[in-house]
Amino acid sequence: MRYLTFAIVCASCLWGQDVHVFPVQGNVSMIVGPGGNTTVQVGKEGIVVVDTQTAAAAPQVMAAIRTLSDRPILWVINTSVDADHMGGNEALIRLGGSTDASERARVVAHENVLNRLVAPGAAQTRVGDAASVNDTYFRSPKDFLFNGEPVMVYHMPAAHTDGDSIVLFRRSDVLSVGDLFTPDRYPVLDVANGGSVQGLLDGLNKILEMAVAGKYQEGGTFVIPGHGRLCDEADVVEFRDMVTIIRDRVQDMIKKGMTLDQVKAGKPSRDYDTQYKGSPDVFVEAIYKSLTARKL
Amino acid sequence: MSKTALPMFATMLGMSLGMLLSMPAFAQVDFSGEWAPLYHEDAPERLPGPELGDYTELPLNDAARLRADSWDADRISVVEQYQCRPHGSDYSMRGLGNMRVWRDIDPATQRLTAFRTHMLAWDSERTIYMDGRAHPPEYANHTWQGFSTAVWEGNMLTVTTTHLKENYIRRNGVPRSDQATVTEHWMRHGDYLTVVTVIDDPVFLTEPLVRSDNWYLDPGQHIGIFGCEHAPELPKAEGAVPHHLPGTNPFLREVSEWYGLPYEATRGGAETLYPEYRQKLTGYKAPPKCDRYCTCTTLFDCNLR
Repeated sequence: MRYLTFAIVCASCLWGQDVHVFPVQGNVSMIVGPGGNTTVQVGKEGIVVVDTQTAAAAPQVMAAIRTLSDRPILWVINTSVDADHMGGNEALIRLGGSTDASERARVVAHENVLNRLVAPGAAQTRVGDAASVNDTYFRSPKDFLFNGEPVMVYHMPAAHTDGDSIVLFRRSDVLSVGDLFTPDRYPVLDVANGGSVQGLLDGLNKILEMAVAGKYQEGGTFVIPGHGRLCDEADVVEFRDMVTIIRDRVQDMIKKGMTLDQVKAGKPSRDYDTQYKGSPDVFVEAIYKSLTARKL
Repeated sequence: MSKTALPMFATMLGMSLGMLLSMPAFAQVDFSGEWAPLYHEDAPERLPGPELGDYTELPLNDAARLRADSWDADRISVVEQYQCRPHGSDYSMRGLGNMRVWRDIDPATQRLTAFRTHMLAWDSERTIYMDGRAHPPEYANHTWQGFSTAVWEGNMLTVTTTHLKENYIRRNGVPRSDQATVTEHWMRHGDYLTVVTVIDDPVFLTEPLVRSDNWYLDPGQHIGIFGCEHAPELPKAEGAVPHHLPGTNPFLREVSEWYGLPYEATRGGAETLYPEYRQKLTGYKAPPKCDRYCTCTTLFDCNLR
């Protein structure tokens, strides 16, 4: 059995919070914290951080990062507009960025993230998050070479939201995929922020296309989810199958003329409810709304 | 004691101490060797494979039952990632279970640190740690074989396995979740090995599932390469996942009709495991003759309809 080297560092010993460092593969580690998972790539040039959790968790997350490297954070990538993925941007850069102003960390996100944050009616509490993003992209993939490794950022249109990105660390062979994939809970289809069930499935199928499993469908490319344990391609398959099957059931019920209330009463996710956390009704309702939304 | 007797006494004492020190500190049985499976238990399920819709003897909950009802065997072919998907370490003990077992010995202390196994099916290899290490944290990756540690209970080895990937309890779609804990009790009786497996799965089982499997020592056994390479086998739409919508699986009653069993009994559930359930089978009549898997004792002698 192949298992990772368990050089697990307990940052909680310092801060009284549950923050853990888990080496994944190559130059990439996963930091498990109260806001979900942060991906970190370290090397001589500095540090890449994917998803920064919340401002409140930043001291603990930074303490965890410092067990891996004392170099400055020079790249931050946000996989979505969610506050628990980018709320720690400013705080982490303040704590771990370069003291040289010319080396200010670049904060990468799809342009739809910024569009959502500055749209009329956007929450004032997110002004800081909007200000932190200084390197939006619209052509996928955006890529750069850092620490000798190609880092490729792919846009996943209309999935969890309309601004989702997944990040491939090509030499380390690790994907950091944000909330497109949450192995222990139902995905959040944020229809109000441009998410859709078909976009989510397209994104999951793209992850499966990019991941290469090791012998007998184990290991190979590792996949760091937005929340939950470290995974590989086989785990994404189970999750993709779940979303596909529930989507098909809801679609069939819509074809039979059932209303949203009738669909929810039919409990089309009931054989998955014991396995995945989160509200089945919220998930089913999002699928229903996504499938019945008028095409523009 | 004479002067000449003293050195002899010291030598004897030293030899005795040496013998004592070379004895294992705990009860230890060596499981090393080549083991061939005996299929006298649950042979039709384990060799040709379980019938669709056969959930007998499984303490399933409703979620597991619907998951199995929805399962379509086409998924194994259409979804490429399923083509080379191995059995979990709990299920691999039941099918194509030719097994090699060997020991890891710490050269400095000569203490047993792990048993290792190699199974014919999917060349699966497992390490059962005996050095007292902890299981990985919950956020660690899961594997098909899981993470196993063991302790001696007398001459029985009790193995605890966590961090399993999602797999199946029966390979007709009955699922076993990645949250399951599997406990095994390994017992050797001369040239025979019995492993009792207990699956605790809070996701799909209402009570632990207990099964047993047996092997015989077969020193001449040669386990070959299993080998598997996935490839597109059928034209398919992108992301297609074959499954039956609830209430549409046409195969669920076959097992009931072929074996003359009440349909309700084939649906499984904890109640069906206990002798009291027989009182509910008053209308049951055995078929006049067996015509399916009647002489199933090895992989190649099962009579198919």
